[in-house]
Amino acid sequence: MMRFLLLFSRQGRLRLQKWYTAISEREKKKIIREMTTMVLARQPRTCNFLQWKDLKIVYKRYASLYFCLGVEHEENELLALEIIHRYVELLDKYFGNVCELDIIFNFEKAYFILDEFLMGGEIQETSKQIVNRAIESSDMLQEDDHSEWYEVELFG
Amino acid sequence: MPAVSKGDGMRGLAVFISDIRNCKSKEAEIKRINKELANIRSKFKGDKALDGYSKKKYVCKLLFIFLLGHDIDFGHMEAVNLLSSNKYTEKQIGYLFISVLVNSNSELIRLINNAIKNDLSSRNPTFMCLALHCIANVGSREMAEAFASEIPRILVAGDTMDSVKQSAALCLLRLYKTSPDLVLMGEWTSRVVHLLNDQHMGVVTAAISLITCLSQKNPDEFKTCVSLAVSRLSRIVSSASTDLQDYTYYFVPAPWLSCKLLRLLQCYPPPEDGAVKGRLVECLETILNKAQEPPKSKKVQHSNAKNAILFEAISLIIHYDSEPNLLVRACNQLGQFLQHRETNLRYLALESMCTLASSEFSHEAVKTHIETVINALKTERDVSVRQRAADLLYAMCDRSNAKQIVAEMLSYLETADYSIREEMVLKVAILAEKYAVDYSWYVDTILNLIRIAGDYVSEEVWYRVIQIVINRDDVQGYAAKTVFEALQAPACHENMVKVGGYILGEFGNLIAGDPRSSPLVQFNLLHSKFHLCSVPTRALLLSAYIKFINLFPETKATIQEVLRCDSQIRNSDVELQQRAVEYLKLSSIASTDVLATVLEEMPPFPERESSILAKLKKKKGPGAVSVTELEDSKRESGELNGAGERGPDPSVMAASNASTPSPSADLLGIRSAAPVSNAPASAGSLLVDVFSEAGPAASSGAVNDDGFLRFVCKNNGVLFENQLLQIGIKSEYRQNLGRMYLFYGNKTSVQFASFTTTVSCPGELQSHILGIVEPLVEGGAQIQQVLNIECLTDFSDAPLLNIKFRYGGALQNLTLKLPVTINKFFQPTEMASQDFFQRWKQLSQPQQEAQKIFKANHSMDTEVIKAKLLGLGMALLDNVDPNPENYVCAGVIQTKSQQVGCLLRLEPNAQAQMYRLTLRCSKDSVSKRLCELLAQQF
Repeated sequence: MMRFLLLFSRQGRLRLQKWYTAISEREKKKIIREMTTMVLARQPRTCNFLQWKDLKIVYKRYASLYFCLGVEHEENELLALEIIHRYVELLDKYFGNVCELDIIFNFEKAYFILDEFLMGGEIQETSKQIVNRAIESSDMLQEDDHSEWYEVELFG
Repeated sequence: MPAVSKGDGMRGLAVFISDIRNCKSKEAEIKRINKELANIRSKFKGDKALDGYSKKKYVCKLLFIFLLGHDIDFGHMEAVNLLSSNKYTEKQIGYLFISVLVNSNSELIRLINNAIKNDLSSRNPTFMCLALHCIANVGSREMAEAFASEIPRILVAGDTMDSVKQSAALCLLRLYKTSPDLVLMGEWTSRVVHLLNDQHMGVVTAAISLITCLSQKNPDEFKTCVSLAVSRLSRIVSSASTDLQDYTYYFVPAPWLSCKLLRLLQCYPPPEDGAVKGRLVECLETILNKAQEPPKSKKVQHSNAKNAILFEAISLIIHYDSEPNLLVRACNQLGQFLQHRETNLRYLALESMCTLASSEFSHEAVKTHIETVINALKTERDVSVRQRAADLLYAMCDRSNAKQIVAEMLSYLETADYSIREEMVLKVAILAEKYAVDYSWYVDTILNLIRIAGDYVSEEVWYRVIQIVINRDDVQGYAAKTVFEALQAPACHENMVKVGGYILGEFGNLIAGDPRSSPLVQFNLLHSKFHLCSVPTRALLLSAYIKFINLFPETKATIQEVLRCDSQIRNSDVELQQRAVEYLKLSSIASTDVLATVLEEMPPFPERESSILAKLKKKKGPGAVSVTELEDSKRESGELNGAGERGPDPSVMAASNASTPSPSADLLGIRSAAPVSNAPASAGSLLVDVFSEAGPAASSGAVNDDGFLRFVCKNNGVLFENQLLQIGIKSEYRQNLGRMYLFYGNKTSVQFASFTTTVSCPGELQSHILGIVEPLVEGGAQIQQVLNIECLTDFSDAPLLNIKFRYGGALQNLTLKLPVTINKFFQPTEMASQDFFQRWKQLSQPQQEAQKIFKANHSMDTEVIKAKLLGLGMALLDNVDPNPENYVCAGVIQTKSQQVGCLLRLEPNAQAQMYRLTLRCSKDSVSKRLCELLAQQF
């Protein structure tokens, strides 16, 4: 089972956090701090796995963003890496060439996509098509709901 | 850079996010956030009802602020309102807010549960999924109570949509993990197992996580899943890469499901049914074969997915541990990975091989890779990979390769990362002992260990070498010679001096024939180190000296002179002084016969489990050394040494432990049977140390007495806390004796090293620390220490507790006042009004009375005051004082030398918020001290 997923920038700014077990805010902040320092201190081309307390930490960097997954001991590290990759692909498909800014400005979407893919720390659906379809259809629902608020905007 | 907001745009939100990003400083950001919070608050409070869109937008902004790391204490109601909206987009944001800001506010949970209930019964699959997600996210007990019976029904109902089934399975899994008692097995369980046959791969993937967890807890009830899992796996493994369409990941068919199936099978023993087993072995062989095929893609995703299945299959093969052929194939496959260019694969191969090394079928096959693993230890750039290599070397070690492996580990130690040194030292020590056929090799190894990594050699390690040398007479001469040579080095580690002192004191005679190591040369060599050593080591050396007098009468005059000099016989350290005095007397009074009897060679140590092994187990958790244990039982039984740990109190250990104000620990064995607590004259033996630290030391060394006054009227609680350390105490007192339990909690995830504590008491108190504190405190761990206190006579100064440890390399030094106050030794005394006043009058000399008038600092509530007075330890006397508002108490303080009767009167003035406190005691210093202490309590 996965315990948490964190997305943070090279500067250590947290961009997304998802927790799959109930822990206190204080504890969360502590973990976030430890993960960012630990992962950011790693040299390039070292392995993507770390042992941390009773968890395996699996991380990978995509452009300016680090994806960091904390999984329980019996999880398979290589597949954990591919969970991260699949999530990146899903974001990419939705935003089209996803970048850090997409996730900052549309954090709620990033959560919705994640929720279609993972649930309760386990994989819910691995098919890219099915997840994308689910997200698209919920976007459609939003359009139907109240088209008067629907707008595509550009911000500088 | 422009960012496109897809779906529904919330312009206000995007503008806000841009504003935050444009903030130049943290202050500006906080200012902007506070402005926004004020705005949202006024909108939520405003008279005008907000429309759904605005509500959604503001809730979303709150969420964003929260995710930036700020606290959010409102907006929950608005979020709950959004849940009951009929508009999907509003509902979705509402659920997101609830999921992220989980709150155990039960009032709110009830409202949320209502909304969830409506959505679950809505038959709208998207609404149902949102509700199920929310339950899985919050996972609280209240939710489990409300929905644990409903969700299995949704999961197995014939008309449930696939996507809802997937959510229901994982939601149920979460509830089962948090509140297993509320998820009742029933008719649904058998139907859940059959989801393994479901046509929809997504449903199988989600359901198998649930089934695996349920099988682990109730294997019998779910055992039908084995054959279903095997046939599903077989279908996937034999399918072409295109058969499974979107469930094929980079040309690998259903990697997640395959791994989950292999994991599920690891909950059970090998299938009994021959056909099922045959089919499974076929699958495993196919997986191993595929690893040899050329890759279908150069992408790392392809190889990761493929190898993930391979590693999972190898885990299953190791779990079964019954197919020699497969085990050896697995080992060869991992051997290939050991040299793979992908660091990840090398890491995993090392890790996986560690478990293979423990199987008797593959142990030999693993051993063939020794050179590669040694090479990895030397050349890997990544410390986590090197750590795995060291683990594997440890696991593959046996009698045939022990010398090579130990030598490699020793040479690696010279450059090893600090973070893993201590563990490496323990491993080397264990292997050296375990596979020592020739004990001179063992002695060499441990002495090398001390030389190379002396700081990381814990007490257990050097105790152990002494135990073994004592117990094996074939190695004693060699040990004496080697340690003598090692001590020649100009700078040698203190641990080396300890071992040297002990061994030469016992067996120096075995090398004394050689003029190069004549008795006087030996003595001079040891004594040249004396002044550089800490008190416990010096104590040990003094004992070695007296042993020398017995072994070599010709050294008597020289040694007596050393003992007689002021720096020994008048040493400010009680322990050293006592040893010098006693040894000097012993050597001059006792006859040679008596001396020979008293100073006889130490008897062999009784055999016990190696203390080092116990330590490594504790360090790495139970799984880490199972390999060694297994070897113990399988192959190496009978090979353990004839020595064992001597239990926690042998005199040798006490003498060496810096954290113990060492009792009369010595080499003599005279008191070896006496428990530490009975040994006299230990009080304040480290007084000097503490004074030197507590005085001019840097900020962290200053005495911290914040917690002290809070414990005057209570005995238990948290004495001290900072970011690193929490110290809790529990204490009990009887008569003039007290016992205090100290709990040291490491709040970090990083280990504290060299953790030592010392207690120094004012002369009127005596204290003993019972037991030895481990020098290592693991991250998150708590250790306990017991302190016995005896009150000799009345006192004012509190004992000081000094704590030192290394945290990430930096030395932490902390001195605290222990809350031992004179009132702790009170015995309550009940008496009638008449008696009270009679005694009150008897104590009428002016110096016997102490009085203070002071302002109330705390609540003047009667019950609070009463509780404090009772906590003080005196008897609270009713109907004594003519004024019922006043409090009157009586008690006797018990000290070893005398009893001190005390009477107290406390007169509150609620109007003025003042008190008048009067104490009369048979001893004036007690009145004064009690008055000082109590004036700060009310």
